[in-house]
Order: sequence, then structure tokens, then C-alpha cells
Amino acid sequence: MSQSALTAEHGVPWPSNGISEVPFRVYTDQDQYHREQERLFKGPTWNYLCLTVELAKPGDYVATTIGETAVIVVRDATGEINAFVNRCAHRGNLLCLERQGNAREFNCIYHGWIYNLTGQLTGVAFEHGVQHQGGMPPEFRKEEHKLHQLRVAVLGGLVFGTFSDVTPDLETWLGADVARGLLRVMNRTPHVLGRNIQVLPNNWKLYFENVKDTYHASILHLFLTTFRINRLTMPGGIYINQDGGSHYSFAKLDYAAEDAEYKEAGLRSDSEFRLQDNSVVESVDEYGDGVSVQILTIFPGMVLQQVRNTIAVRVIRPRGVDKTELEWIHLGFDTDDEAMTERRLRQGNLIGPAGYIAMEDGCIGGFVQRALQYNDDGAGLVMMGGHEAESQPFRASEAAIRGFWKHYRALMGD
Amino acid sequence: MDDLAIRLGVQELIGEYAERIDEDRLEEWPDLFADPCRYLVISRANHEAGMRQGVMYAATRGMLLDRVFSIRRANLFEPHRYRHVIGPIRLKTAGAGTAVVHSHLIVARIMHDGTTVLFVSGRYLDQIDISTTPYRFKERIVVLDSDKIDTLLAIPL
Repeated sequence: MSQSALTAEHGVPWPSNGISEVPFRVYTDQDQYHREQERLFKGPTWNYLCLTVELAKPGDYVATTIGETAVIVVRDATGEINAFVNRCAHRGNLLCLERQGNAREFNCIYHGWIYNLTGQLTGVAFEHGVQHQGGMPPEFRKEEHKLHQLRVAVLGGLVFGTFSDVTPDLETWLGADVARGLLRVMNRTPHVLGRNIQVLPNNWKLYFENVKDTYHASILHLFLTTFRINRLTMPGGIYINQDGGSHYSFAKLDYAAEDAEYKEAGLRSDSEFRLQDNSVVESVDEYGDGVSVQILTIFPGMVLQQVRNTIAVRVIRPRGVDKTELEWIHLGFDTDDEAMTERRLRQGNLIGPAGYIAMEDGCIGGFVQRALQYNDDGAGLVMMGGHEAESQPFRASEAAIRGFWKHYRALMGD
Repeated sequence: MDDLAIRLGVQELIGEYAERIDEDRLEEWPDLFADPCRYLVISRANHEAGMRQGVMYAATRGMLLDRVFSIRRANLFEPHRYRHVIGPIRLKTAGAGTAVVHSHLIVARIMHDGTTVLFVSGRYLDQIDISTTPYRFKERIVVLDSDKIDTLLAIPL
């Protein structure tokens, strides 16, 4: 019996049919966690796998996970990108142990079964036995054994995979707004500036909600207000897709006014509440549209961020009901000169595990998780800005979180 | 300057560095760097791949001061301290006013409730200005063996 079959038919009960009250047990319940792996991560969703530039040549591969499930993504000899489960059809061994590399084929170290780059079984050690003894039975056909294949889609240089045959094509599934937001950021050829993994002591959903939560930003993260940065009016808004689970929020910045303010502050230099070195926030309007922050999420586990000139993909990987790995993949683009790279590296202090405006997100989910320990009755409130999950022209709202729960409930069948 | 004097000066600087962090004298931490400088905390995987993005970076003493001020006044996290244990200090080269020094580090993280974990292990790759005393770091790259950081990195390593 599979892990999923062992789990209850019905998950954690909800207090209503709505999405503005969330039962706390969804963050603590082990059965719910199993169901999420099956119905969300292995369900009709598109999950980030890697960048196309990581698969530049035939044979280039990346071993990753979707949720907890091990997956290989590889470019084959014809240039196609294939993804399959990282599990040998013979005895279930991990085929690929390295995170990244180049291979002509995948050779299982356990019993020497070999798969080509499309996942087809091509070799079985001692298939015909040794000295006509043993070997596979006559009805065994290699061509009937293939690695479990995923569907693959590419958008803006990002490679996605889905386990489900019924997931709509990627752009339809994302919706026009979110697809536009993705392509706005990924409008050049990216390269990886660096990657880090932050281990979060909390349920994965607490982090994903946090990213969609435009309400907490200026309250929990005090860096910008402490140093009196961007107090200027910032028009913005939230776009939420049709399913609710993917979204992007954005805010604009008057770059010229901010620059003038730095210069004036530099002349006065009268306050300890000023940065000694402004280069951590000195930014350029690289997209030419005045948007300084765009946070985009793709259900159930990916974030694409532009915070000023820091561009990063974040991947949320559940590792148990109360543990999550958050990978930060910092990007630059082929058009960057050395000044732009240095600018991105300095602004990199804003985000990641040590980020001036991000580090609190590393611990806040853990605080919630601890508060819920044997104390998970009742429901949390997600009512800022109403009860619906519609796009809004303002950000003092929890609409994007409600969108997450709308999509979540639809797929979980609760 | 003879080799032994350089070794003693380097050892003093590296010991002083750990003491200022571990004894919560963070305000005095930036003074151990030249200005401009390069302070970078980066994983071994990124560093060996020639990638430059780490988890913490400063290019000037001002950026180091901002890091301390932000930790003290802006950022919110559970109170904790570190205990650095510095392994063998190797003087690789010394000349033209600069010593290249490598050492090992292990850092325990002690939370306010007493919970203690091995937080990071790694190497310091230093370029130290030995043209004047006391010595100062021109560059300190903290190369972490793992690319995983538990919860968050607030206090510098």
C-alpha cells in the first residue's frame, strides 16, 4: 500500500466553505502532509525544475525534487528536455546522486541497469545470465521499461515539470497576468550568481503564505523604516490568477526622487539612522517601468522575485511536516556589466538567509510552528481586504494568501 | 619583519576577531577591517564554481557598520550567541605588506534558551594588511563547507 493510500480520505476539516479562515491543523497534521505530496506536488501543478542555461548541452542534467519526490531533468541528444523520476525501475535505487553534471546515459550503481537520456531502459547487467545460467526470463523486454516520465514546459528560461496528464499547458495554467509578470523579469538570458539553501523550522505552507503576504512586510521587516529608506509613496497592486494559487504583487518607486534624497542625506549626514554606505540599496530602473519590487509565486512551491536589482528564484521544498528547505537561486543576466554585477551582489544583502529585509521570514514560520505544538485547534484569520481572492489595486491585503487556499482546497478536495 | 612576528600578529588578529563576535562586542568588529575591504560569507560550492554571490557581503567598513547597526536596531530574531573555534592557522605567503592566511573554523550557535548546535564549519581565506600594526583584514572570505544555513544568519561569522 502506498503512503497516499494509507492516508485518510478526508483531510483536516475546514470551519467553513470559505478561504478566510484557515484551520491550524493543516500545518501540523501528518496525514495532511502526505495528501499534499500526492495531490499538490504530484498533482495537476507545474513545478520549477531548473534553468534552461543549466542544461546547455546534450547530456547536461540536474537532479532535484518536486516536493519530496526525486526527479532528474536532462537535455537529450535531439535537444529536447526530459524529466523523469530519479528511481531505477529495477529495485528503486536513486539513479543519479550528483546535483548537476553531464551524462551520456544513466547507469544505476546497484545492478548496472542503464537508461538513455529519454529515460528508456537500454541495458541490464547479465540480462542473459552468466554462461547461460540465470538471467532475465524470456518474456522480459527492456523496451517495456521506462523511467516514470514527467511532462516538461519552458517559460522565460525556467524549466517546469508536472506529474499530471491533465495539467493545462503552462501559460494557460499560470494565466495571462502571471505569465506576463514572469516574462517581464526573465527578459534576458540568465546566469546563476550563487545559490544557498535556508533550512526553515516550519511547515512549507507558512513560508509560501509569507511570500504572498503583503500585509506583514513593513511591520515585521524594520530595516527599510529604521534606515528611512523609500518612505516615498509607492503605488502597486496584486494580480491573482484564475485558480488563485499563483500571483504577483508589485510596487513602484520614484527612482529619481530616491536618488535625490540619498544625495541630500549624504550632504547632511546628521543621523545614525542613515546607512553609512548606501550601495546596498542604490538601484537602477533596469526594467524601465519604475517597478522596484515584484514578488511572483507559482503554486505550490516557487517564487520569482525582483527586489530592486536582486533577481532570484526561490524554491520551497517540504522536508517533513515541520521542516522546509528554501533554495535561493540568485540570477544575473547576459547584459550585465561589472557595475551591474557588483550592484546585484551588494543588494544581495537585502535577501536570503542573512537578508536585511528577509531574515525575519526565516524564523517567523518557526515561531508559528512552535505556537501550534499541541495547540492547533481553531483557525487563523486571513480577512484583510475582504473574503475573496481577486486581483486588487492595493497591497494592504491578504487576498493572495486567500488565493493560495482557494487553489489548495480545490486540489485537496476538502 | 621576521616570519615569527608576522605569525604572532596574524594569530592575534584572528583571535581578536572571534572574541569580538563571541563576546558580543559587535560594534568593534568593523574596526578589524581595512577600508575598503572585502568580507564575504559564501558556500564552498559557490566559491569553487567561481560564483560570487554569498549570503553576506561587505565591500567597505561602512557596510560592516550598517550590518551591526541593522542587527542591533532593525532586524528581529531570537537572541543567540556564537562560539568560534579556530583551527590551524596557516601562513601561506607574506610579502608586499600582505599576508595570505588560511584557517579553519567551527561555530556553535547557542540560543537564549541554551539550545546549542553546530551551526557552521568552514575555512577563513584571509588577506591581511601587515604593513602597519595592528594588522587589519583587507579581505576575509568565509567559505562554508555546507550550502545550508539553519533558520537565518544574523550575526557575522
